[in-house]
Amino acid sequence: MLATLALASLLRHRTRTVLAILGVAVSAAMLLDMVMLSSGMRESFRGLLLSQGFQLRLSPRGTLPFDTEATIRGADSLLAVLRARPTVAVASPVLGGQLHFPSRGATVTASALGVEPAVQGDYELVAGRQPTAANEIVANDATLRAIGHSLGDTVHAAAGYDPQLRTYSGERTLRIVGRVRFIYLALDQRAVALPIGTLRAMGGPASADRISLAMVKLRPGADVERERAALHALLPRVTVTSTAQALEQVDQRLSYFRQLAVILGSVSLIVGFLLVTTLVTVSVNERIGEIAVMRAIGVHRWRIVGQILLESSALMVIAAPLGLALGLVTARWLDSILARFPGLPERIDFFLFQPRAAWTALGLLVISGILAGVYPSWRSASLPIAVTLRQEAVG
Amino acid sequence: MTAIVEVRDLAREYRMGDERVPALRGVTFTVHQPEYVAIVGPSGCGKSTLLNLLGVIDRPTSGTVSIAGERVDQLDDARATEFRLRRIGFVFQRFYLLQALSARENVELPLAEAGMSTRERRARALELLEYVGLGRRERHRPSQLSGGEQQRVAIARALANRPALLLADEPTGELDARTGAEMIALFERLNRDGTTIVVVTHDEDLARAAKRVIHMRDGTIVDDVRVDPADRRVEPVGLAPEPHER
Ligand SMILES: Nc1ncnc2c1ncn2[C@@H]1O[C@H](COP(=O)(O)OP(=O)(O)OP(=O)(O)O)[C@@H](O)[C@H]1O
Ligand SMILES: [Mg+2]
Repeated sequence: MLATLALASLLRHRTRTVLAILGVAVSAAMLLDMVMLSSGMRESFRGLLLSQGFQLRLSPRGTLPFDTEATIRGADSLLAVLRARPTVAVASPVLGGQLHFPSRGATVTASALGVEPAVQGDYELVAGRQPTAANEIVANDATLRAIGHSLGDTVHAAAGYDPQLRTYSGERTLRIVGRVRFIYLALDQRAVALPIGTLRAMGGPASADRISLAMVKLRPGADVERERAALHALLPRVTVTSTAQALEQVDQRLSYFRQLAVILGSVSLIVGFLLVTTLVTVSVNERIGEIAVMRAIGVHRWRIVGQILLESSALMVIAAPLGLALGLVTARWLDSILARFPGLPERIDFFLFQPRAAWTALGLLVISGILAGVYPSWRSASLPIAVTLRQEAVG
Repeated sequence: MTAIVEVRDLAREYRMGDERVPALRGVTFTVHQPEYVAIVGPSGCGKSTLLNLLGVIDRPTSGTVSIAGERVDQLDDARATEFRLRRIGFVFQRFYLLQALSARENVELPLAEAGMSTRERRARALELLEYVGLGRRERHRPSQLSGGEQQRVAIARALANRPALLLADEPTGELDARTGAEMIALFERLNRDGTTIVVVTHDEDLARAAKRVIHMRDGTIVDDVRVDPADRRVEPVGLAPEPHER
């Protein structure tokens, strides 16, 4: 009978009920998006950093991986030290640089990564194979499009280019053996990868025996932090960063995003709260006479509160999944806009759907919605019966 | 004769800001089972105030009220609610049925609140609707019923938990003469069947039907007369009374 009354009161003002549901759904969607935003970038960076299984990154002391153009000298001995350690499963060197491709009278420049193809963790093959021979290279779609070549073609490349004199240095003829996707780069960023020896040779003495970065995969069961500290002590010229530390760095840089998300999320929570409070207050005020009569014939206070709360939670239960759907759609839409944000890795999502966070958000909203109904319903159920009846009979 | 209502020195003052409005100034009387009492008097003399105190929906400023042997003037909200549910039947001037519920569901409401099982309360609600002559209208919503019919549903609802006392404030106030007469007949029948009734009214016919009339003025009782049955002139109205035992 409580349910009948609650349902009836919702159906009595259909338009109002529908509008309220939509309003709550919008604020739920907003809240969900903000929760997704606050954790999304962090989580997808984490996924990115861990995707190839490297837990430690070695960069020139005082820098973060690929933060500067600084390189580490004595790369071969460094790798030898790393590979000699029993805890290290894989050590993968990376040398960053640029390659220039003369193309139809112009020059196309692309980022170049010198790697050991067998252990690299910077790209994924889409087609073809790894560049195992010294004159082989792999490139991403953006590069292939720019230079107008495709898999299997031979290209001319140079490590140096003087735009004034239009002269090239460190030239080589390379064969494109693979089409790849770079994990840490934006989709539209031109990039190629080739054996580290070839890139060093093209770069001349300046890049001999140098790397920009070494990535380390530890053996299962190894203590990442302990190994990090050990390497840090052992290798004075490098900074060793663990994934956890890198995430902390990312976290710091994303703190603005998170603050924004928390503020906007709270705002939408408050909006949802106020919406429900308003609705319950209005609907209760309309029925004040009815409520007083129910009280007069012996219906308990808490049962009236229960009926009104049933009403507001019914609203919430309908609005929540609607908000969830709406939130996911808008998140995807916003993500597709932000994916074009320059310089961000393709795989980074701003909005990441994590079921637990989403349910937390919606649970928060539902609880706040119900709480919003508690006060007005309790107040109305506590009004003096005789006075209310008298006023209603006059009105 | 058991005393159902015992009122002693009952006073009720309303505060309007700094001003005090004495609506009842020391009222004392007793009602026995199964009396039928009408309270009459000019507008503003405190009739509704008194009835609300008997119905335990208001608290006196001073004095005591006992209903069916229990002091009810200082009950807390939960106990007062429980008392109203089990012992009091209330009929208002406006019919005040719940619009969302059918006639039968309206009658079932206090039964459900009292914890009666679905099947039992359905049967009891039907029995009550039949008693007030609306057995066939159980599924109708209040909006589909006439004023007199709605008031009869309200009476059925008031009787649901077999109250010790039936209170009615101007039950014929919004009804036309003919429907009012039906209501009067129904009250008489209720009383004959053993219900103690206290009714507040301006309606002379309704007052005449009662066996005792309390006259009030300015918050006090100025006269309290038992009506000689021979004196009463109320035309019986064809209400199609259903056989019913109480
Ligand atoms: N809640 C209230 N606040 C202030 N004054 C009130 C309140 N309720 C009643 N009164 C006053 O108390 C007095 C008695 O009111 P009451 O409603 O009991 O009269 P009544 O005899 O029922 O009148 P009527 O026949 O018009 O219904 C009146 O003067 C009224 O204005
Ligand atoms: Mg009155």
